Amino acid sequence: MSETAFDPTAPLTPTGNLRRRRAFNRFAEYGATAAAVLAVAVLAIVIYTVVARGASALSLEFLFTGEPTGIGPAIVGTGLIVLVATAIAMPLGVLIALYLTEFAGGRADRPIRLMLDLMNGLPSIVIGLFVFGLLVYGKTQSAFAGSIALAIIELPLIARGSQEVLLLVPNSMREAADALGVSRWRTVLGVILPSALGGIVTATVLAVARAAGETAPLILVCSVFDSRGVSLNPFEAIPNIPVTIFTLSEEANPTGFARAWGASLVLLSFILLASLAARVLLARSRSKVAR
Amino acid sequence: MSGTTVNPARVTGASSVRRPRSAARLRRVDRIGDGVLHGICALAALLGVVTLLLIGYQIVHGAGPAISEFGLGFVTHTTWQPNFNLYGAGSVLFGTAVSSFVALLLGAPIAVSIGLYLSLLAPKGVRGIVAPLVEMLAAIPSVILGFWGILILAPFVQANIEPWLHNTLGFIPLFGPPQTTGASVFTASLILTVMVIPIIASISRDLFLAVPNEIQEGASALGATRWEVVRGVVLPTTASGVVAASLLGLGRALGEAIAVTQVMGAGSTIKASLFDTGDTLAGRIANQFPGAITEMHQASLYYLGVILLVIGLLSNFIAQWIGKRFDYARTMAK
Amino acid sequence: MSGLDSSAGLDEVAGSAPARVRIQSGPLAAPNGANGSAPRETGIGAVFEARDVSVHYGRKRALASVSLRIPRNRITALIGPSGCGKTTFLRSLNRMNDSVPGFRIDGQVLYHGHDMYGGNVDRVEVRRRIGMVFQKPNPFPKSIYDNIAWAPRNLGLKHGLDERVEAALRGAALWDEVKDRLKDSALGLSGGQQQRLCIARAIAIEPDVLLLDEPASALDPIATASIEELMHSLKGRFTIVIVTHNMQQAARVADQTAFFSLDSSAAEPSGTLVEFADTEAIFSHPKDPRTRDYVSGRFG
Repeated sequence: MSETAFDPTAPLTPTGNLRRRRAFNRFAEYGATAAAVLAVAVLAIVIYTVVARGASALSLEFLFTGEPTGIGPAIVGTGLIVLVATAIAMPLGVLIALYLTEFAGGRADRPIRLMLDLMNGLPSIVIGLFVFGLLVYGKTQSAFAGSIALAIIELPLIARGSQEVLLLVPNSMREAADALGVSRWRTVLGVILPSALGGIVTATVLAVARAAGETAPLILVCSVFDSRGVSLNPFEAIPNIPVTIFTLSEEANPTGFARAWGASLVLLSFILLASLAARVLLARSRSKVAR
Repeated sequence: MSGTTVNPARVTGASSVRRPRSAARLRRVDRIGDGVLHGICALAALLGVVTLLLIGYQIVHGAGPAISEFGLGFVTHTTWQPNFNLYGAGSVLFGTAVSSFVALLLGAPIAVSIGLYLSLLAPKGVRGIVAPLVEMLAAIPSVILGFWGILILAPFVQANIEPWLHNTLGFIPLFGPPQTTGASVFTASLILTVMVIPIIASISRDLFLAVPNEIQEGASALGATRWEVVRGVVLPTTASGVVAASLLGLGRALGEAIAVTQVMGAGSTIKASLFDTGDTLAGRIANQFPGAITEMHQASLYYLGVILLVIGLLSNFIAQWIGKRFDYARTMAK
Repeated sequence: MSGLDSSAGLDEVAGSAPARVRIQSGPLAAPNGANGSAPRETGIGAVFEARDVSVHYGRKRALASVSLRIPRNRITALIGPSGCGKTTFLRSLNRMNDSVPGFRIDGQVLYHGHDMYGGNVDRVEVRRRIGMVFQKPNPFPKSIYDNIAWAPRNLGLKHGLDERVEAALRGAALWDEVKDRLKDSALGLSGGQQQRLCIARAIAIEPDVLLLDEPASALDPIATASIEELMHSLKGRFTIVIVTHNMQQAARVADQTAFFSLDSSAAEPSGTLVEFADTEAIFSHPKDPRTRDYVSGRFG
């Protein structure tokens, strides 16, 4: 085949169609790099905008007073709603994870995991509709309803993250405890959970970071925006950051925009810091497990 | 195993000789404890399943009046006029389809390229920085992205991108004249693209990293450029996984309510141009539910929720089915 | 074996004394304007010439001061105990080590007189001319036909693909077994067939050299025998360098044999070339005591 006739003793520079292929290869490599640069650039632009415009709105007054000068009650409100939501979701999530790793037989395993996957994929507005129908319809909006909605969002994240860590606990530990005659529940509480604690906390922090920013369900079940002061009553609607940002963003009011940027800065800082903390925790617990 | 063999009988036997009653109590406590733990774990799992079923039931129940009034024709009718009690999902289905499709069209190739970059191209140090940054993009709450979209992206798109597209491709009805505020299906699609990219990118990256080194080496040894190795070996083996990842990204785009509400302009009819306003299933629910007073209005919005739920579940199931059916592990097995 | 005419210069490195232990510092000492401007004299019929080649992976030295010439159209075997740098040396011949982190090579590797690690050298071009078959068969998850046709398609050799595939499969003694199922997945073949497929894949682009890294070590004896038979027929068309830990295989197959071992006289032991001669000489009257110990089965 004369097509392949090449002189092997020729210098090792490109022959045949290699020059064109190399050019295309370089083009592809640039393209992939450009895509990564684009993603990082968009992140940088968004963060920069939030920081630049939000910083000017930040002040002690902003953080500690209510509408129309500050978002103090909203911060407290989000804190309460997320706290209650996590208090509900974390134990349930860990229990479900325990069920999957310690107790479930093959048959129960798949439906539970399917349930978690489906719950994770639910659009948050649908969750809002659900909680509305469950708790708000015929009654009033409430922070508790918001917490339920956020708990549904947090639950699959905590359950899956906890399950991953629990699976990492070596089986030999369980077998050793069994051989010693130690009962299941003592093993779980005394040995397995403590060693998985780091991962469970990480998963919870990530779930909190996700839930703190959720707006859609809160619009439906805990949406209040007025000069009400700080309220810690979970059975009425209380101000919260996502709804505040959303409401201010929909009004065509520049001073409102400034406050919305400030609130966005507060929320984004919290979320990014929480994600960072989770990452650090994850790295630390990974290095512990990989002895 | 732990290496030490312990005779359980010896451990408990000695104490049972000395204090028989407390040992028996201990064993009873243990048995109860085991049962209780098993029980509450199972209960938690059951609660999860029940909640999920309840959600489905609640949504369908809430849509009841609208379903019985409009039937399945609701899905295709395009009028949505609360004042006349006329409701139809057609226009928002259209908006949902278009915006999600554009988001996927733009986002999937970019995300796959990012996945390739992070797995095969980037030096280790760079990878360690860029990968978390891409994931951070997913952490930005949609309300903040939407707000940024209103004030920053929409004006920019309206002033620069839309006119250019309209001037060059305006003969296609898709690229009509830009609107005044920049709130448009196009802008919303861009925001959705930003949301969709990190999901597809991180799954793709994991898929590409899992392609066995030996076949990549084998391809290199045959005198192939890096791109040819990707095109010939890496992409074909991960194709189904990438599609599944894209479907998961699609699910995210479909369900997004807030950012869409903020930047799509809440248009109520089907328009041909991407640069016009529009609305999506989730967006309309977020927009109108707080203000819906009549029973039929609420029920119709619930009906939209039903459709949204069905579509979301479908894409989730298809993603899982594809993932399992064309599982790479299976094709590698003999 | 009749490698006499191409053995010029091989005596230089036949193990007269334990191989020098020297840590090469600094860049390649290459006075020839190392970008292949003019082919240097490398001896009649020699395809590769390694001059004092050392390989480091980060701090660890894997190979110390290897010098040898690999003749054309012959089978050269690299034998020795595990971890003595045989595979490292082999992979340095087609620049497959480049992707290993921390890889550094000192000394020169000349291919037809051109410095393989010179500035102008294109790695992809190198691998087009110097093919490799790996220890564990690694067929692509494609059809048998596509496995073989893939590289030629890349190279733009689109005409006569069917004939090329058939010729490659015949050359690898696989044609009769698969001719009726070319569209089937290559993963359905047995281990020995997969390895022959990989060989067919490599020869389909008609390289100049074939590097085989323990090609039969993952196979059963029958498949091994078929691979060995293959090599005799391939020898006429390609220069073959084969790494094997099975010395009987080397004795059966190779024209020249190079014996690698661990050089423990340095602070850190690293692999090194001990002796290189005609296979018959290596096995019947080796010059170096270490070679003698190895081939007589006393260690390794």
